[in-house]
Amino acid sequence: MYVYDQYDQKIIDERVAQFRGQTARFLAGKISESEFLPLRLQNGLYVQRQAPMLRIAVPYGLMNSRQLRKLAEISRVYDKGYAHISTRQNVQLNWPVLAEVPDILAELASVQMHAIQTSGNCVRNTTTDQFAGVACDELEDPRPYCEIIRQWSTLHPEFAFLPRKFKIAVCGSAEDRAAIHLHDIGLELLANAQGETGLKVLVGGGLGRTPAIGSVVCEWLDKKHMLTYLEAILRVYNQHGRRDNKYKARIKILVKAMGVDAFREAVEQEWQALKDGPTTLTDAEFERARSFFDAPDYDSLDETEAASMLRAACDRDAVFANWVKRNTVEHRVPGYRIVTVSLKSTGYAPGDVTAEQLELLAELSDEYSFGEVRSTHQQNLVLADVPIAQLGALWQRLQAAGLATPNIGYLTDVICCPGGDYCSLANAKSLPVAEAIQARFDDLDYVYDLGPLELNISGCMNACGHHHIGHIGILGVDKKGEEYYQVCLGGSQAKDAAIAKILGPSFKQNDMPDVVDKILSTYVTLRQEEESFLETYRRVGIDPFKERVYAPAD
Amino acid sequence: MPRLIKDGAIAVDTWLAPVPGNTPPAAGQLATLEQWLELADKKGSAVLLEPGQQPDVLYDHLDEIAMIAISFPVFTDGRGFSYARRLRERGFRGELRATGHFIRDQLTYLRRCGFNAFQMADESSLDEAMNSLGDFTEAYQAADDQPLPLFRRRQPAVP
Repeated sequence: MYVYDQYDQKIIDERVAQFRGQTARFLAGKISESEFLPLRLQNGLYVQRQAPMLRIAVPYGLMNSRQLRKLAEISRVYDKGYAHISTRQNVQLNWPVLAEVPDILAELASVQMHAIQTSGNCVRNTTTDQFAGVACDELEDPRPYCEIIRQWSTLHPEFAFLPRKFKIAVCGSAEDRAAIHLHDIGLELLANAQGETGLKVLVGGGLGRTPAIGSVVCEWLDKKHMLTYLEAILRVYNQHGRRDNKYKARIKILVKAMGVDAFREAVEQEWQALKDGPTTLTDAEFERARSFFDAPDYDSLDETEAASMLRAACDRDAVFANWVKRNTVEHRVPGYRIVTVSLKSTGYAPGDVTAEQLELLAELSDEYSFGEVRSTHQQNLVLADVPIAQLGALWQRLQAAGLATPNIGYLTDVICCPGGDYCSLANAKSLPVAEAIQARFDDLDYVYDLGPLELNISGCMNACGHHHIGHIGILGVDKKGEEYYQVCLGGSQAKDAAIAKILGPSFKQNDMPDVVDKILSTYVTLRQEEESFLETYRRVGIDPFKERVYAPAD
Repeated sequence: MPRLIKDGAIAVDTWLAPVPGNTPPAAGQLATLEQWLELADKKGSAVLLEPGQQPDVLYDHLDEIAMIAISFPVFTDGRGFSYARRLRERGFRGELRATGHFIRDQLTYLRRCGFNAFQMADESSLDEAMNSLGDFTEAYQAADDQPLPLFRRRQPAVP
């Protein structure tokens, strides 16, 4: 993974010192609340219902074991001994104390981490495929591109006070696991006819109040122009994005208002002043960035040998075999599997991980996966390079720690924001809904029979729980002071990206497991052969679901 | 006399504030954009840009204008950062002044974007504010103060 040199470290250290000064000035009454607000937000610090919340950046979801141990230590010393994986692959602490945040940032800087731009109206953490570098369907590893973007966007002097937040995602594989159609900018690595890698540039996707699928602004951009082109897009947005209404301030609204052709034209015009300038990327810089993501020292196995080894292990233990089937996927190197560590066990908030679990995962990653762990936007963790021969031992230790729930990609692998229990923006609680649904559908055979299913829950319109792109999405709403839940169906975050449609009037919290049950049984009744939930929904439309859910009680 | 931070030091402001209206600016007075557009002779002129007033109309006269002030009615409105960069990139070498309700914590970003003068709404603690100009001694991006991005300047890692 990327390793800081003296420059990176200096920038991060100076940022810690700056925030220490700002916090001291705030606590001394020398900065007003409204002036301190964006300063703390741009260091990841929110003020929430119970306490401040600190969002720590995990650039494109990659961490090493040393960083995990540090996170465990921080959560123990400065918080309540657990952390939360967010839908932006970041790590959140729910109970820090404002005055101690500069110390937390200094601790993070000691392991090359920070909380820069994890909030605020600036360029946020760039996200990517959690299987980058090991996926079988990858054209090129997107992480070097993400790291180049991370550096460019970090403390960018021109784009720290944008109209609204700005999110970039990069995808380098056939299957889109980074939801690039739903980002302010989505970049897809793409080869041209000559076999050179370039970028398809999508602009104006996003969730939130007005969900939108991104529009293609450039079909193929030479990769050396990546930063100047991004700069041109941001410059158009910074100058022309709406600032009079925060709900209309995202770039998707600007793209819609201008029309994508006029927007592209404006970008091209800005770009002429920047194109081929010093920010044009060099081969040497791509090579430097790439060098940090070299494949580790694999013991490559013969493919048939590896397959039979796995079969033999699975034959011995059906529970283990099931976990292998549900929570691991094929690795590009024969003899290895990609393991997803489920943070979705019923009774625990989706994405929560304790200090002990973090330490265990650090240890397991050192023993079995070259000392690296990834976070996913589905709020799980990944050990990306596990030798097949070690899967059994790894599974036993994960299972003992409650980290082997075999549900990855199924109904109970719920994406869920912290909601009204923690977040001051929320209209409604989300965690109890997730838990009630997980508890209702505790029959794993039924869950497997339902096939791949994404259930996403957000506590408000800001859509941190990505409800618009869940196959089933649930949104908490406030109805005259009471918490209600709206259901939408048919969303997708993949290359066939779609925004889910609202089913109808909202429901009370207690009714939610029944509502989900009716939706699922409608699918089971209507599905043909191997059809997934999404496929059935696309074939039959929303009406049969509506009829069933809103049918008068017998 | 009003004071400001200019070229890294506290200085007395010698320009007079603009007076909106149809009358052309007096000698030594800033013009609103409307007034400035009417000026027959732009040599030695000074003009105030508000957010939403694109700097493009100034491009043909950048070597004649003595001073461009860019207004920040609220510090969260970041349009002026882009205006400044565009003006510097097109060769403006006169005084580029941020004026209004920006805060000291923005000074390094403003300087990097090409501002060399800072007229803060609150003049009472310019000395302290000036410390924020030194918040960062290194940066990743190319900008007005550093024409090369870090990736073109990096020396090998120190172990």
